[in-house]
Order: sequence, then C-alpha cells, then structure tokens
Amino acid sequence: MFYQESGQFSTRYRQDGRALRLWQQRAALWALLALAFGLLPFIGNDYWFSAILIPFLVLSLAGLGLNLLTGYAGQLSLGSAAFMAVGAFASYKLQFLLPGLPLLLSFVAGGVVAAAVGVVFGLPSLRIKGFYLLVSTLAAQFFVEWLLTKFAWFSNGNESGVITAPPLLVAGHDFGSPAGRYLLTLSVVLPLFVLAANLVRSSLGRNWMAVRDMDTAAAVIGIPILRTKLLAFAISSFILGVAGSLWAFTYLGTVEPHGFDLSRSFQVLFIIILGGMGSILGNFLGAAFIVLLPIVLSILSGSLLSGVLPAGQLENLQKIIFGVLIILFLIKEPDGLARLWQGWRARARLWPLRF
Amino acid sequence: MKNHLHTLKGAVVLALGLAAASATAQAGGEQYFPLQSYRVGPYAAGGTGFFGGFIDYLQYVNIKEGGVNGVKLTWSECETEYVVEKGVECYERLKKGLNGAPAAATNPLSVGIAYATLERSTADKLPLITINHGRTDSTDGSVFPYVFPLQLNPYSEVSAIINYIGQKSGGLAKLKGKKIAVLYHGSPYGKETNPILELLSKKYGFQLVSLEVPHPGNEQQSQWLTIRQQKPDWVILRGWGVMNPVALKTAQKTGYPADHIIGNIWSNSEEDAAPAGAAAKGFISITTHPSGSQFPVLQGIKKTVLDAGKGNLADPKRFGTVYYNLGVVNGILNVEAVRLAQAKFGKKPLTGEQVRWGFEHLHFDDKRLKEVGALGLLQPLQLSCADHEGGGAVRFQQWDGQQWKVISPWVQADRKLLRPIIEDSSHKYAKEKGITPRDCSKES
Repeated sequence: MFYQESGQFSTRYRQDGRALRLWQQRAALWALLALAFGLLPFIGNDYWFSAILIPFLVLSLAGLGLNLLTGYAGQLSLGSAAFMAVGAFASYKLQFLLPGLPLLLSFVAGGVVAAAVGVVFGLPSLRIKGFYLLVSTLAAQFFVEWLLTKFAWFSNGNESGVITAPPLLVAGHDFGSPAGRYLLTLSVVLPLFVLAANLVRSSLGRNWMAVRDMDTAAAVIGIPILRTKLLAFAISSFILGVAGSLWAFTYLGTVEPHGFDLSRSFQVLFIIILGGMGSILGNFLGAAFIVLLPIVLSILSGSLLSGVLPAGQLENLQKIIFGVLIILFLIKEPDGLARLWQGWRARARLWPLRF
Repeated sequence: MKNHLHTLKGAVVLALGLAAASATAQAGGEQYFPLQSYRVGPYAAGGTGFFGGFIDYLQYVNIKEGGVNGVKLTWSECETEYVVEKGVECYERLKKGLNGAPAAATNPLSVGIAYATLERSTADKLPLITINHGRTDSTDGSVFPYVFPLQLNPYSEVSAIINYIGQKSGGLAKLKGKKIAVLYHGSPYGKETNPILELLSKKYGFQLVSLEVPHPGNEQQSQWLTIRQQKPDWVILRGWGVMNPVALKTAQKTGYPADHIIGNIWSNSEEDAAPAGAAAKGFISITTHPSGSQFPVLQGIKKTVLDAGKGNLADPKRFGTVYYNLGVVNGILNVEAVRLAQAKFGKKPLTGEQVRWGFEHLHFDDKRLKEVGALGLLQPLQLSCADHEGGGAVRFQQWDGQQWKVISPWVQADRKLLRPIIEDSSHKYAKEKGITPRDCSKES
C-alpha cells in the first residue's frame, strides 16, 4: 500500500536511468540525508559520534570497497585491511612530503596509492581464482603490515610506527570536534557511495557481474577480463584506502600498522557476508550489525547481569551470544540483511494484504 | 526473521533507556574510576591481575577508610580485549562518570588504547594514566598536561638496565668493550628503545647487537645461534607474551646462561618465567614493584577484602603476583592523587581537571610510603608540571624456579641524559599539533 510503483512512469531516458525510480525511495533517502546532516549533528552526543556513528560510517565504506571486488566482481580478498593501511599511511606521509596539501586531497591521494598497490596484488587474479586468490591477497595483508612496521620512513621517522592525525582543517574550518569529525566522515563517505551505486549500474559494473558469474563466458562475449579485474582491484582498493584514512584520522586519530591486521580484514569480510554480497545497502546494514550488536550486548550484560556473574565470564558469554546470533542469522538468511530488507519491501507493497 | 529484527530493536531501545536512566540518576558524594579492563583475549593474564589488584585496593580504601575523606570510590568495567577501537568505545562510554559521580582518571593499561585516547583525554580534561608504559615523550608535562607515564617510561627502563649492568661490571667505565645483545619483539613496542640503546652504547663504548624476533616469537633458533656466535656478556630481553618463555628455553638449548639474561618490564611476571620450567632458573628481570604479599597494604587487603570473600581475583593464588601488585600500586597512586587534589579543592567528588592537579603533585617519600603501607613496594617518587614520570627507578629480581626474589635496591635511570631526547620529541609533537607548551615555572 505504501510502497506502490503504480502510476509512476518514466517518460524520459534520464528518468529511466535513475538509481531510485520510486518517489517513496527518493523521499526516504532525502529524509535520511536531512536527518544525517541536519538533525544528528545537533542532537548527538560525543559517545554517539565517536563510538557509534563514525566507526559505522567508516566500516560501511570499507565494506563497500570489498563488496565491489568480492560481491560484484567475484574476486575473493582477505587484504582489505592492508589496503586500508596503505591509504592511511600514504595520506599521512603525503601530508608531510607536500606541506599545505588540503586534507581532502590527501585522502584522495591515499586512495590512489592504495589503488596502485591493489592493482599489483590483483595481478595474480588473472591466473588464479577463488581460494588461491584469497591466499595471494593474504600475502598483501602480511606484507604491508610488515613493511609499515619495518621501515620507520612510512611513519615519518617514528620508530614505533605510530601515526597521528594532522589537524582536520578543510577550507579553514576545524573539524576536530566529535560532531565535526562525524560531518567530515559523512561528507567523504556519501559521495563515494553515490559513485559506487552508479558504477555498479554502468557497463563496468555489468562487466564485473559477468566476470563474477563466469569469467570464461564473459571473455567469450568480448569482455576484457584483464581490464575488468584490475579495475575492480583498483577501485575497490581506492575506496578501502579512503576508508583507511578516515579510520586513522577522523575515527581513532592515531593508528599503528598493527591496527590494520588480519582481524580487521575479517571484520570487513563479515560486514559484506552479513550485510549482503552484491548490494550497496548491505554495507550499511552489515556495518551497523557489526558495530552495534557487541555494544548493545556489552551494555545490556553490564547493567542486567553485572552482579550475577564474574566480569570475565560475562565477557565470554557475550562472545558466545554474538557468535550464536551470527550463525542463526546466516542459517535463516544466508543472503544477508539486504535480502531481508528486500523481502520487507515486497511485503510493504501489498500491505495490508498478505504476502 | 522479522521477529529477530524486533528483538534487536527491543534490545537497542532497552539499552538506550538503561544508559539514559543511569546517566540521569544522581548519587553524589562518590568519585568514579572508569575501568577499561580486559579479561578475555590474549592478554587476559595481565588484565585480570592488574584490574583485580586495582579494584581490590579501591575496595580496601572504601572498607577501611570509608573512601577518601568520606568520598566513596566507585567504578565500573568495560571490556576492551586490548583492542584499540573497543578501548575508544569504552572511553567514550565511561568518561562522563557514573550516577553523577565524576570520573577521576582513565587507566587503560594498553599502549594502543593510550595512544588513541591521548588527544581525547586532553580535550576532555581527564587524566590518562599509563603506568610503566605509554608514550615516552608524554613525560614532558608541559606539552602533555593530561598524560602520566607514572614511575617508569620506556627510555628510563633501558637506561636503568644499562646502569645495573655497569654496577655489576664494577662501574659504568667498565662497560667499554663489553658486548650487550638486545632481543626485541618485532613490533612498535619492541623497537621503541633501540635509538636509546644506540645512544648509550656510543656514550659508554659497549658494543650493541640488536636482534629482532618476529611476532609472536615462538621460533627463535636463529637469533640464539647468533647470540652463541657473538658471545655477548649480557642479553636484554624485550619480549612480550609467549616470546619470553620461548627465549628462555632456546637460551638453555643453545647454552646461554639464564642469569645473564635481563628481562624488561613486560618480561617480568610469573607468567613469563614459569612456563619455561627449569630453563628460567636464574633469569633476571627488572620490576618497578616486587611481587609478594608481605607488605602491610597487601596484608590489609587480604584481611579486609579477600578474607571477606570480596576479592576480585578469580584465582586467589594470584594474590601478590607481579600484575596484581602493579594494580595495587596503580591504585595507591590514583587514590593519593585524589587525596592531594581534595586537600586543595575540597573534600568532595572532583573533576578530572582537579584530579590532574593531584597527579602533578604526587610526592611519595619513605615516610608517606610507610603511612600507606607500601614501603619497598612502591618507589619514592615526585611528580611536577614538567615531569610526569616521577620515579625512573627499578629493582632487579631473579627467578628461583618457583618465584621472584628481589636481588637489588632501587637502580636509577640516567634521567638527565634522557630528558633532552624526550623534550626534542615532545616539542616536535607540539609543533605538529600546534600546541603551545605550558610555562611550568608559572604553575602552582
């Protein structure tokens, strides 16, 4: 009832090519944007910005990066954190090599360096597939972490490999406050999502999906495999690199190479598996799940059970609950949260009639 | 699946409601300690011991003295698992205080979390205590007003070790021509002191052999073969976790004597030596506080807290171990800071900014140490606006196969030598961040 497409016609090609073709979708999006930009910065508190919203946005972006590569182009990767690290350290280093480099430009530059590294580690994908490719990206993961720890040059001579954020100045405005860092993150993340949403509907996106479904068939119908796969690695790594810069600068403010270890790669992988492979919205849903659920569990157990069990056991209990929830969820909905959302949408179309 | 979402939504609403309720309720008359503890994960042994000791000391003060001048101490825990993001989340969750009781200081006991909350602490005016670890240049309180690497920073640590080796050799002049190997964990933590060791080797003329052990350090055959070839007079072990017992076992296999290996501050616990079995016998390590439960303050904790069944340790046998005692020492320092700040600002719950004043005026001489029952447990120390470390001394202890035995008095680091290096680094930081250092001569 609320979600009817009847009566909405595309009379021009431009309208037909829109990402969101229904007014309900567009209205919901604008409402969300108004909320995110207009309302949240004023009503949120430090805790919401620093501990929930910023990591949620950054991890969504990281999920998007991996989703383009794995969900759309079908190339498995366990090197997400390595590309994030390259982005973070590159934009940090470039700030020093080129004093006066605008902050946003250094994010982009960090992404470009990450893209270059991504292409190098993507080269094996032309010969090997699936689990074997996974191993090659795993090599990227270990290599980058080792490199950044080994050579203090990357952290500007800091022997302990730790980098700290430069002042967050954009066009003279200081975005250093929690609300400012949130707005800065949001303003970087959103355009990249818009870009990606359009990219996957472009011919390149369709090529990716053709390669994902069967690369021999894709080659037969004339899709350049080399270019398509390497572009997937480059664009994915670019986005991951930007996410890494945001992680280092707007979220934590300081990172060491160890902060981008293998478990971070797994975290990003879980986001797209839980959120939904080959879905743009799924990245937000997956990231929200990964960021919020442990916090909710921890707050709940802290306030409800704190006297009942020893603190150590309580923590282990939370881990068990989190794991069980993930398993149950994957059994019930292996296609991820995005699929759930689709089902809900289909129901909303017919409501109050039964689905 | 819709049901699941409902449950989740319900949980979120409930959680937010609870958080809001706890934030608005007023208690008053309490001073709050936010504990970013870790009881699960690879470093749980350190976390449970340290936070167990810390909490037990706070309980002891509450039971024995009814808090500090009548202001009860309160605390709550948030699990970090030693993971940086979780630590940041916990910091943001707890920094506002509990039930109206303001937070006194944060004690994450994690280098990574300390780095990530360093600027936040400064902005929120909440002292960040990194006892025995942390960022070395935060010793310079004029640039880092809210950060306190109490007792011992990493530079002082190696300097004290070299001084001890000098004493053993019959004077620092005798170090000339000696050969000292350092076996360090291949991580930022492990590498942090290398420049200082190089500096000291130039100053005293000993030959330095640096050997890196990649994380996690469970294979050290080639490093110890190198040590056997080079025959250093001493080996400094800068290890972490599993690397320590493996180093001791491999040393025994390659025939290097354990009593010429000196472990640093993260290689000095029972958990580091005991797993190596007989190979650890004779192993020397530094410590800022001896283990053991003979100190009056520990006896007091035993009587009023542990024997009353209120102890925080899951395994009471760990009472008096290195990590537990570090927690107690940390508790003593935190509570003393609150006490000092109360003398200036009044006997009421204090803000982090006021407690910071207390930390900056910490002063423990033998008389005061005796009063709190910690003579020999805690080193004499005095902090100031410019000096946020205060002590810089360590004692040496030797593993007898069962437990640690203290074998030296307090050995001082050469802090005069280190100070210019620390200031170089802190001034570089100040320049990078656009901070104007405080003028410490004007502070009271």
